[in-house]
Amino acid sequence: MSAKKEELRIGFYVCHCGHNIASMVDCVAVARSVEKLPGVALARDYKYMCSDPGQVLIQQDIREHKLNRIVVASCSPLLHEHTFRGATEAGGLNPFYFHMVNIREHDSWVHTDRQEATEKAKALAEAAIRRVAHHKALEIKKVPIHPDVLVVGGGIAGIHAAMTLANAGKKVYLVEREPSIGGHMAKFDKTFPTLDCAACILTPKMSEVGSHPNITLWTYSDVTKVDGYVGNYTVQVKRKARYIIEDLCTGCQDCIPNCVFKEPKFTDDFNEGLGKRKPVYIPFPQATPQVVVIDPEVCLNFKRGKNPDGSPIVSDKCKKTCVEACGEKNAIDFTQKDELKEIKVGNIIVCTGFKTFDAGRVPAYGYGTYKNVYTSLEIERLVNASGPTGGEVILREGKNPDGSPKTPKSIGIIHCVGSRDKKTNIWCSRVCCMYSMKLAHLLKEHTDAELYNFYIDMRTPGKGYEEFYNKLLEEGTHFIRGRVGEVTDWAMTPEEEGKLVIRVEDTLAGVVRRIPVDMVVLATGLEPQADAGDVRRLFNMSCGGDGWFLERHPKLAPVNTFTDGVFLAGCCQGPKDIPDTVAQAGAAAAEAMVLIDRGYVEQEPNTAFILDQECSGCKSCIPLCPYTAILFDEERKKAYINEALCKGCGTCVGACPSSSIVQNLFEDSEIFSEIEGVLSYD
Amino acid sequence: MKYAYFPGCSLKGTGKAYEESLLPVMKHLGVEMQELDDWNCCGATAYMAVDEGKACAAAARNLAIAEKSGLQQVLAPCSACYLVLNKTQHYLHEYPGMRQTVARALETVGLRCEGTSAVRHPLDILLNDIGLEAVKQKVTRPLKGLKVAPYYGCQIVRPYATFDDQTNPTTMDRLLEALGATVVKWPLKTKCCGGSLTGTLPEAGLRLSYILLKEAIKRGADVIATVCPLCQFNLDAYHPKISARWEPVPIPTVYFSQLMGLAFGLPDNQVVLHRGMIPMKPLAAPAPAAAAAR
Repeated sequence: MSAKKEELRIGFYVCHCGHNIASMVDCVAVARSVEKLPGVALARDYKYMCSDPGQVLIQQDIREHKLNRIVVASCSPLLHEHTFRGATEAGGLNPFYFHMVNIREHDSWVHTDRQEATEKAKALAEAAIRRVAHHKALEIKKVPIHPDVLVVGGGIAGIHAAMTLANAGKKVYLVEREPSIGGHMAKFDKTFPTLDCAACILTPKMSEVGSHPNITLWTYSDVTKVDGYVGNYTVQVKRKARYIIEDLCTGCQDCIPNCVFKEPKFTDDFNEGLGKRKPVYIPFPQATPQVVVIDPEVCLNFKRGKNPDGSPIVSDKCKKTCVEACGEKNAIDFTQKDELKEIKVGNIIVCTGFKTFDAGRVPAYGYGTYKNVYTSLEIERLVNASGPTGGEVILREGKNPDGSPKTPKSIGIIHCVGSRDKKTNIWCSRVCCMYSMKLAHLLKEHTDAELYNFYIDMRTPGKGYEEFYNKLLEEGTHFIRGRVGEVTDWAMTPEEEGKLVIRVEDTLAGVVRRIPVDMVVLATGLEPQADAGDVRRLFNMSCGGDGWFLERHPKLAPVNTFTDGVFLAGCCQGPKDIPDTVAQAGAAAAEAMVLIDRGYVEQEPNTAFILDQECSGCKSCIPLCPYTAILFDEERKKAYINEALCKGCGTCVGACPSSSIVQNLFEDSEIFSEIEGVLSYD
Repeated sequence: MKYAYFPGCSLKGTGKAYEESLLPVMKHLGVEMQELDDWNCCGATAYMAVDEGKACAAAARNLAIAEKSGLQQVLAPCSACYLVLNKTQHYLHEYPGMRQTVARALETVGLRCEGTSAVRHPLDILLNDIGLEAVKQKVTRPLKGLKVAPYYGCQIVRPYATFDDQTNPTTMDRLLEALGATVVKWPLKTKCCGGSLTGTLPEAGLRLSYILLKEAIKRGADVIATVCPLCQFNLDAYHPKISARWEPVPIPTVYFSQLMGLAFGLPDNQVVLHRGMIPMKPLAAPAPAAAAAR
């Protein structure tokens, strides 16, 4: 109230933002108009208010002209509110005596009539002038940051982020939903453009993660609940029952050959369904942790349906030869239940990755209809020495006269399946051109087949990528420009009999071609994970229309999200290759460390508080608060707000029947004056 | 179930067998089809290519009559009619300018088209409104052993794949299987039959028909089943020319509705197989045991 008594001396600044604002708004006219308003001591226009001289201007004016309120009309507060609050404070005022008007995103950028845009700027300015008169001095609260970090997803992004943090001495929880970390990269045979073996460069990092003293690795686990705010998150993790006591399992795998199933007969997801596994299995030889898993859906010991809580009923009908084999280690526990863990962390890095496009969604390419049509990920497993065929490239369908499986003599690789297509996904998946060429090289190496790449455009922007393309051209791989129309078994000539015919318009030669091949590889694009929507809600993130998680700023805050303390890395933010993923994971780890090493976060003082004497104790507000920040004092029959939990959403303020909840920076007097300002301008 | 029925010119002319077989089949399934009063030519694809505004107005007149009749569903068996009416409906919804043009044109004859009716294909109605179970119940003479190549043509799936997949439709496959027939797997389900090129550029048009017929025979089909009067005409009427230019490819092409009538045991004058130029071989007599059971 004391602020009201002293004479109001408002300083107003309108920014040209180069041409961004000045080209559509007459900044001088705005300043001249504001100058005349009551309480305004001075009004200036300036080319770049955010520049150093611009900020110094504010500071000097505060001192020389005894200003006690500052209004800047420029860009979005998201960009520079912080800057100008700082300048206001440096000039000797409380930073909350400042208010910002957005005349760029809300005005100059979205209008085409200069006269009207200028009038709008004047109206918005008057609203701010009236509002700022009611501003109060507020204090920024500092909240300590919990030093531990949660990394969600154990692909190469999560592995690299976790290792970076752990090596810096931070404690990390790495949560992965599959039985092993490694993600998609663990399935790849070699990596482009250097052709180094994916396993050779990945598995050392995986085992480091497994043994690092600063990393708590929870595989086969899901994050189920996230509460709290930056610096102080409480996270619930469900550790799914793997029916193995992790600490007791030595990874000897004696149980696997001794399983009552003599032959593996269940779909092996790690090998993209090309191989089989038993009910007790380890996903791949270098799996981390080296702990087996029992699949209750197919294990004979569980063939009795489910308990009401969803856990499988132990039938004990099996001979349990696996338990015998495990012997004194006693690592197998059929009674194991899902376990809920609760952890406290200060920061979260989300690295939940991608899924590959379901090739069946483009029926014209025959995936699922013709057996010798493969996805690129299937080929990765097929050429891999630890894959289902030991690295031998053999066709699913067709036998040699001696009964042995056939090797392809000609192979067509179709690019952009589920990418750059209005009917499926509009985006370029960024990695397919490169991995298609890598697979072309590997397939040629393994089979000596004729290789055809069908592409729309070759996209090779990366270090050494164009060189790799040239290398492939020299190797004699055929490149045909054109989006393939269809893959069919409709033969028109004797040479086409028994082959898959790729029909394509060769747009360089200007002819329609029919190319018969033995094997078709579909370069499937990258898509957001199927449950990306749930994950997004869990961590309170945003996503774009395409479903990828949204970074705070596409250029300047690429690993931040709109939720403080939640960072992104890897393909969950958008398609990218391994080098980019690792770079982003490192950046996310660094951003988390910025907060941890600073030790505290500043909290915007836009929190709500309850006018104690007015509160009737009706409790209407309590269930409405999304952050459970409102508590009830049973003795005094009054509600009160935990300031540390309040995020300033204003829900309770609107809902309170007795208007006894007030929100800092959004008090009635401030908002109504602002509205009056806009409306009274003519 | 009652539908407004838009026959179009083909079903009254070259595609007479389609109407003659479809009407009794639908009646047999308890479906009522009320022919639109004073319907006019849909304009087909030709008119659309010349003047979209006038073509839409002509087609919309039929939709307006359907709306006036109070029936919300328009059954259009001919592929060209189905496409043109759908396209008109689509244009009316998407393009305000077209809506105005059409409204002005219709106003002169005292009609209004709100664009509220649904243009439906018989396959859509058979599978999604009536259901295959109901169809199966009417089958008295399963088409056992008959190998059918289902041929959809282009117009009912492109560009508006309203009830089936654009490149690999399966509604007719499932219908034929419900009738007891064996569906031949072939990849030419939606390939071009030549369309009107058979008349204007026979060398190109007939070649496409020839490819279809040849591949159907190669895949072991006894008969091609189609949904489109123009496809049926092209595949059935040009055999002498095709034989002279390439080789004889003698395989009959009938409407799916004729095969339905056959499976339902309807009388010959409602199955009208005699309308085809390439005769369809009679079905093998039902096995004695099955006949006795009945």
